[in-house]
Amino acid sequence: MKKLAFLFAILIAFSALFTGCDDSETLYVLNWGDYIDEELIGEFEEETGISVKYITMANNEEMLVKLQANDCRFDLCFPSDYIIEKLIEDDLLAEINKDNIPNMKNIDERFLDLSFDPENKYSVPYMWGTVGILYNTTMVKEPVTSWDILWDEKYADQILMYDSVRDSMGVALLKLGYSLNTRNEAEIEEAANALIEQAPLVHAYLGDSIKESMINGEGALAVVYSGDAMWCMDEEEGNPDLAFANLPTSNLWFDNIVIPKTSKNKDKAEKFIDFLCRADVAKRNTEYIGYSTPNKAALELLDDSYLEDPTYNPPAELIANYEIFSDLGEFVSVYNKHWERVKAN
Amino acid sequence: MVKKIRSFFKGTYLGLMLIFLYAPIAVLMIFSFNETKTMGRWSSFSLKWYEALLSDSQMMSALSVTLTVAVISAVVATIIGTMAAIGMHSMRKRTRNLIDGVAQLPMVNPDLVTGISFMMLFALLGISDGYVRLLIAHITFNIPYVITSVMPKLRQSSNMLYEAAMDLGCSPWKALMKVVIPDIMPGIVSGFLLAFTLSLDDFVVSWFAGNGVDNLSMYIYGMARRGINPKINALSTIMFVAVITLLLIINIKSIREERMQSIQNKKTAQKRLAK
Amino acid sequence: MKKRSTLAYPCVVWILIFILVPMFLIAYYAFTNEGSFTFENISSAVQNEIYQKVLLRSVVIAFEATVICLLLGYPIAYMLSNMKKSTASLLYVLFIVPMWMNFLLRTYAWQVILGSNGILNTIFEAIGIGAQDMLYTEGAVLLGTVYNFLPFMILPIYTVLIKLDKSHVEAARDLGANGFMTFFKVTLPLSMPGVISGITMVFIPAITTFAISRLLGGGKFMLFGELIENQFLSARDWSTGSALSFILLILVLISMAIMRHIDKDTSEDEKGGGKLW
Repeated sequence: MKKLAFLFAILIAFSALFTGCDDSETLYVLNWGDYIDEELIGEFEEETGISVKYITMANNEEMLVKLQANDCRFDLCFPSDYIIEKLIEDDLLAEINKDNIPNMKNIDERFLDLSFDPENKYSVPYMWGTVGILYNTTMVKEPVTSWDILWDEKYADQILMYDSVRDSMGVALLKLGYSLNTRNEAEIEEAANALIEQAPLVHAYLGDSIKESMINGEGALAVVYSGDAMWCMDEEEGNPDLAFANLPTSNLWFDNIVIPKTSKNKDKAEKFIDFLCRADVAKRNTEYIGYSTPNKAALELLDDSYLEDPTYNPPAELIANYEIFSDLGEFVSVYNKHWERVKAN
Repeated sequence: MVKKIRSFFKGTYLGLMLIFLYAPIAVLMIFSFNETKTMGRWSSFSLKWYEALLSDSQMMSALSVTLTVAVISAVVATIIGTMAAIGMHSMRKRTRNLIDGVAQLPMVNPDLVTGISFMMLFALLGISDGYVRLLIAHITFNIPYVITSVMPKLRQSSNMLYEAAMDLGCSPWKALMKVVIPDIMPGIVSGFLLAFTLSLDDFVVSWFAGNGVDNLSMYIYGMARRGINPKINALSTIMFVAVITLLLIINIKSIREERMQSIQNKKTAQKRLAK
Repeated sequence: MKKRSTLAYPCVVWILIFILVPMFLIAYYAFTNEGSFTFENISSAVQNEIYQKVLLRSVVIAFEATVICLLLGYPIAYMLSNMKKSTASLLYVLFIVPMWMNFLLRTYAWQVILGSNGILNTIFEAIGIGAQDMLYTEGAVLLGTVYNFLPFMILPIYTVLIKLDKSHVEAARDLGANGFMTFFKVTLPLSMPGVISGITMVFIPAITTFAISRLLGGGKFMLFGELIENQFLSARDWSTGSALSFILLILVLISMAIMRHIDKDTSEDEKGGGKLW
């Protein structure tokens, strides 16, 4: 008993050393884990005197629930495209004052005025990417040119899929030639049936561990976001046997910066957005994260190897055919119903 | 001979179980010294994650939140839960089962449902401080584990001692503190340890219940999309080594004390015999 | 302090505010449809064949994990209880310390151990057994569940065994019972309260956890907790999600009531306790 008490007293004393103080001047940022070069936060704090509390999130849906609470404390958030559409619809976002963000001029027009936030009233692009197939060249000898390869029995038990409704149903819809955002239940049913047919070939439905699995040679083919593929193929960090294929049809995605309506520090939040849009900052950030930046001024500062890399910078003609997820509202439960059929099998 | 074989089998079994429990810990510790980020693919030895650790103030503040919330919530839950168990033990069966059933709801509910319901409750009550919210949530899901740990000890302990203490003129309070509590102490300790463990590991309830404060588990969970940064392995390795070292130091001391005591006992016995 | 039962009051108040009120906030979604009261969410969830299948699978896995935890954990608790106090208390803590390392990290480490090019397979190949398919199987899910819940079985059993009245065991021995019989006729029945606590703390949470099955089962074994999560998050159908968690709640409460009914000790000490107070 005494021993335990002693042990825990030491724990408390130790942790008290690290307890920082919180005040209302702090800017609360909610972002994906490891999705910013942390040195940049320190530099921003130094430049402006604003302290930043950085909280991480694991997925869009959990963030959506969180922002619905009326006492939510966050001042900045980094959701993906379709969730932004939903947040706007639910009136949960504050309109961004562009006068406070002069560096917005650095953003490539290609990535402005998109379907989920026309006129960019509520969001500023942060990172973007595509979805493609990452494959292990020691196991896949043929060129990867279509989604059909994920249904090829040659690769039984070597295929890795995303464990998420929209991403996996999306792959099946693309294979069948339908829209990613279809509201036709017959098409959705057909897509789910295709996934059920594919299920025996699938090694696993994974989240983030898809990357580790591919690097460790667990699978031959995997559906992967382009930014993650960059990391998997990295000479030092990843596996040199891996290659990434951009397909003729696919999903184009964005993570944008937004300010929740509940924010009490809107001016400071805008300062932070402006900071992130600065060319040198955006450059370092994209180098750290490995995802593609929408910042064309930063692109000019980057090494040419980035621009020439079709994974980092896919040809504009190609992505012109890609579809962005739109929010399906209540209809998403239809997708979920059919996805349950796939998963409960 | 039979005894030796038996103790050999015992030792082997315990050893195997400890290997089972510590194998993953060893893996995550080894990969904290890996040059690259991927767990499972060894490249070369490096201390860079330990260096990165020092400059990560966000993670350090998450660590401090984790430890303080775990200790405070476990202590409070242990007090409330132990009192409740003692109280419930003397209630009629039906009342006791009702309270027990309701107290166990957080154990039955998926963490996500518990978390979202807390989020709604705190918004309703106007409790906006993230740290307080975390504490309340953790105390709540810890309580059933404390009650469940203490209950069997109460059922095992006889009421006779307590009665005897009262007959000898102890006040009920004193009898409780001097007789009942020491008797059920092992249950209280294991309830506390389980509560502490649960609190350390929770991220789902904390994510929804919290507000602008994160603990280490949330911090790690947040890395899910981008992949776990081995800084976390480095931090875990340091924590693990610290805990084990402390345990050994304390334990060697108590083993020595035990030995000293038995020697002392022998000596006094001898003295008495000599007399 | 006239009555010992007053000690439970702080907990009761806590339960009312922090368990029952939030429960009602969630129940609202299960029993309403656009503002009006309905049982439709519950009944349509009950009738859904996919949900039945997933629930059954979750209960089976939780049951298997509980049995394995009991079979592995009881001997550990028993051996610890017969050791010198200082050794036992060190080992006792050693059995829970692994759980202080982060849950996700531990599970990721299992992926590294079990993977097809993982540590175990490397060993298997070296000694000539050949690589096995271990990760992303039901076995891996079971292993992960047992791993994470084992201390919750060991601790309560151990705490009961250390104070077990040794005179009962000796009396049985004196009466000629062998070790085997003594254990089943005396030790095991006397340690039942601890066993029941252990089962409760393993089985009930194991039904709803799903992070393990997601990471070690490769998403191929959908469990009930995951089903509920999907309703709240990706389907944004809080009514069905809430209805599903209520169905689970009712099932668990019923099975707990049955377990209490079977557990004879409860009624026995009821008599003793009743007289006293």
